[in-house]
Amino acid sequence: MNNSIAKEKIISLRKKRSLEDMRFKYYGFTAMCLSLAVLVFLLYTIFSKGYTAFQKTIVLLEVDYNQEVLKLTPDSSDEDMEKGKFFRVKKQAIENFFPDLSKSDIKLVKKLFSINVDKEIKDYFLDNPEVINTKQQIWVTAHSDVDQLLKGNSRRDVPEDRRKLNDIQLSYVDQLVEENRVKQVFNNFFFTKADSRHPEIAGVAGSFMGSLFTLFTVFILSFPIAIGASVYLEEFAPKNRITELIEVNISNLAAVPSIVFGLLGLGVLLNVFGLPRSTPLVGGSVLALMTLPTIIIACRASLKAVPPSIKEGALAVGATKTQAVFHHVVPLALPGTLTGTIIGLAQALGETAPLIMIGMIAFIPNIPTGLTEPSAALPVQIYLWVESAERGFQEKSAAAIMVILIFLFMMNAIAVFLRNRFERKW
Amino acid sequence: MFFWSLVLIAVGIFSSFIYGRSRIKLNSKKQGTKSKSLPNYYAQYVLMWCLFPALIVYFSWAIFQEQIIQNIVISNFEYIEGAVYNEGLLLAEIRNVANNPSFADGKSIEIINAASHYSSLRQISQISFYTSIIIIMLLGALYASQKLKPEFHAQHTIEKYIQYILIFCSSVAIFTTIGIVFSLIFESLRFFAEVSIFEFLFSTEWYPFIPIREGQTAAEGSFGAVPIFAGTFLVMVVAMCVAAPLGLLTAIYLAEYASQRVRKIVKPLLEILAGIPTIVYGFFAFVSVAPFVKAFGQSIGIDASPTSALAAGMVMGVMIIPFISSLSDDVINSVPQSLREASLGIGANKAETIKKVILPAALPGIVGAFLLAISRAIGETMIVVVAAGTAPNLTGNPFENVTTVTVQIVVALIGDQEFDNPRTLSAFALGLVLFVITLFLNIIALQIVKRYRERYE
Repeated sequence: MNNSIAKEKIISLRKKRSLEDMRFKYYGFTAMCLSLAVLVFLLYTIFSKGYTAFQKTIVLLEVDYNQEVLKLTPDSSDEDMEKGKFFRVKKQAIENFFPDLSKSDIKLVKKLFSINVDKEIKDYFLDNPEVINTKQQIWVTAHSDVDQLLKGNSRRDVPEDRRKLNDIQLSYVDQLVEENRVKQVFNNFFFTKADSRHPEIAGVAGSFMGSLFTLFTVFILSFPIAIGASVYLEEFAPKNRITELIEVNISNLAAVPSIVFGLLGLGVLLNVFGLPRSTPLVGGSVLALMTLPTIIIACRASLKAVPPSIKEGALAVGATKTQAVFHHVVPLALPGTLTGTIIGLAQALGETAPLIMIGMIAFIPNIPTGLTEPSAALPVQIYLWVESAERGFQEKSAAAIMVILIFLFMMNAIAVFLRNRFERKW
Repeated sequence: MFFWSLVLIAVGIFSSFIYGRSRIKLNSKKQGTKSKSLPNYYAQYVLMWCLFPALIVYFSWAIFQEQIIQNIVISNFEYIEGAVYNEGLLLAEIRNVANNPSFADGKSIEIINAASHYSSLRQISQISFYTSIIIIMLLGALYASQKLKPEFHAQHTIEKYIQYILIFCSSVAIFTTIGIVFSLIFESLRFFAEVSIFEFLFSTEWYPFIPIREGQTAAEGSFGAVPIFAGTFLVMVVAMCVAAPLGLLTAIYLAEYASQRVRKIVKPLLEILAGIPTIVYGFFAFVSVAPFVKAFGQSIGIDASPTSALAAGMVMGVMIIPFISSLSDDVINSVPQSLREASLGIGANKAETIKKVILPAALPGIVGAFLLAISRAIGETMIVVVAAGTAPNLTGNPFENVTTVTVQIVVALIGDQEFDNPRTLSAFALGLVLFVITLFLNIIALQIVKRYRERYE
């Protein structure tokens, strides 16, 4: 009797224990899945908010290139044509956009068009000067408010005073849709233009170039210095307190918050050395100092992975230590070093805070062409657009995030490729 | 200007290399002896003597030219008596006029004079820059060419130089640290000259509004950073509440339960999570999580603000999950297999082994990992800038708006930077606090992890 109770107890205890075991395993599994679910949700959010930014809305506008309105003649020189009164043509086109518009209506209609329309009308004419004195149907960019409405990003059912477009403008847009005078096409502006106050003509080209210049600076500075530092620490450094100090320094620098590097850039590079503000040169220098520990750590690991027999072989046939290291060890460690560098660059690409500190947050409406020109950078551009109150910038920020993520993905893919292709297992 | 000088230097070193090579060959032929080192080493020797002095000139010019010119212009400026000048604005104006003659209209005659002075100085500087680069390269090559004799051990010398270069490279890390410490301390001292350090550390009022222009009426700024520290702490606690359990459980699952295949898939995915730029998390917090938190708060009757500590902290927690999980994974994996086997051998099941044997054994390492994660959470900027708000608020309610150290640094530096204004300088004082705390956490964490590693080695 006693025996069977004890047996039962043991069995139930064992059941309880194995249940506990199952539950614990399940907790771990859930935690892992939750983390990955957040990743999926994050990517989904970005994609669903951002994909609309790759399209823009254009409107069919009938433009009358009347020579009197333009104050041009068919045989005007190119220079005169530049000075044609295109704003008058545009005004006329908008006045006749719908039949019988009153003055107040015209104002409303005007707000359906982008600020860029003047330029588009002009460019069309300059490309086809023969259209003078004819009426042309051309597609011009719509205002961001119209664009957002048609993409479904802003809602119709909120009260009129909280909407960007009032009821009359909504009816105009509906009419345009009905008459097929509005359509959505690929948004080339997003890839060819720099930042703008107007969402419909804002693009990432400027900040993309800024990021490229910054990364170039980071690479130029950090790659040689990192190789030098790791070769010294791995191969030449005597075991003494100075070497130890350097090593402690490097591992501590790796954990210093990035914003502190920004303060370093502001306090030293800008204020003491007087380097130009907001430029990729300064941004790149700060990020280079920041990524240096990452690259050094990767570089030392790959130097360590080269078997000592290689070096010893070189020494045995009479090479000096410098020759053995630079002719034999470093070339073998190079793929690993490059991989580490690319990962460091990827980290630098996404870094925002230090760039804000050194002024790369300024509004730069043109595409930079050099290292010492003020420019934006992709992550800072995203920040500016996220913070912007204008609704049209939200999809832009998500789309810019897509651009930066693709860029990051490519860099990591290259790093993995290099590692798999060139790294030797000894 | 600096681009063409780089081209100049490149041409210089190329020709010096060729020159060195041919010269040593010629010299050894003349003397009829073989040179002690290969000709390339002599060429490298000439090249180094040509390149490094030129680079020093180049960088010192790049760094100091503008400042020296500005100082000369300002010291020669004809001040009108009675007028008040702001030196920074004045300089900007002079520069604008000098770079862009069309801005000269309507400017006073002193400014136009100063602008022409400025441009003439720039021209002089440019000419002397090019000449000094050429001269210094020639001098370097001349000095080196005297040594180009067959009995000269070029290789030894080159290897010594290489050593110096390598030492310089590795000391960049030390220079960086020194630069950080000095710039933070220097500007903080200027800040504490105006604001008492006790007020900064212990007062609870943070109103850094100081009249920027004369005559503007505003209250005296007050710089009590306690609400900022409290906000940072609150966000960090929320982040750790999310990241610690998720990260640790994920690590346990991956290290102890998951099959090799699952590990191979999940680990890179977690690395993706770790590699996403923080501004992207900021966007996510702002667009998805903050509205959700607000709606959730309303549904349980709490009035949540659109940007809250909870939203920022939760997303920050997600950001540090991979950090905690990969560190803890390493730590758990380095617990000796014998401990595991002993526990399983006396009949404990896996969960019991983990809870009663592995986790206690790995505890120091895990604590170290958590400390590193905390230091990262404190130093994180973009998520909180976008999603936590900028108004200081001394509260323990995570649904409310709080601000953090990093946010205040950004806010203080994002607009006009006036370095005679405690508002701007406060950023450096906050940065110093941030630096000291993260450094402290880091050193402790690394010590703990190191000791832990040694125990099982």
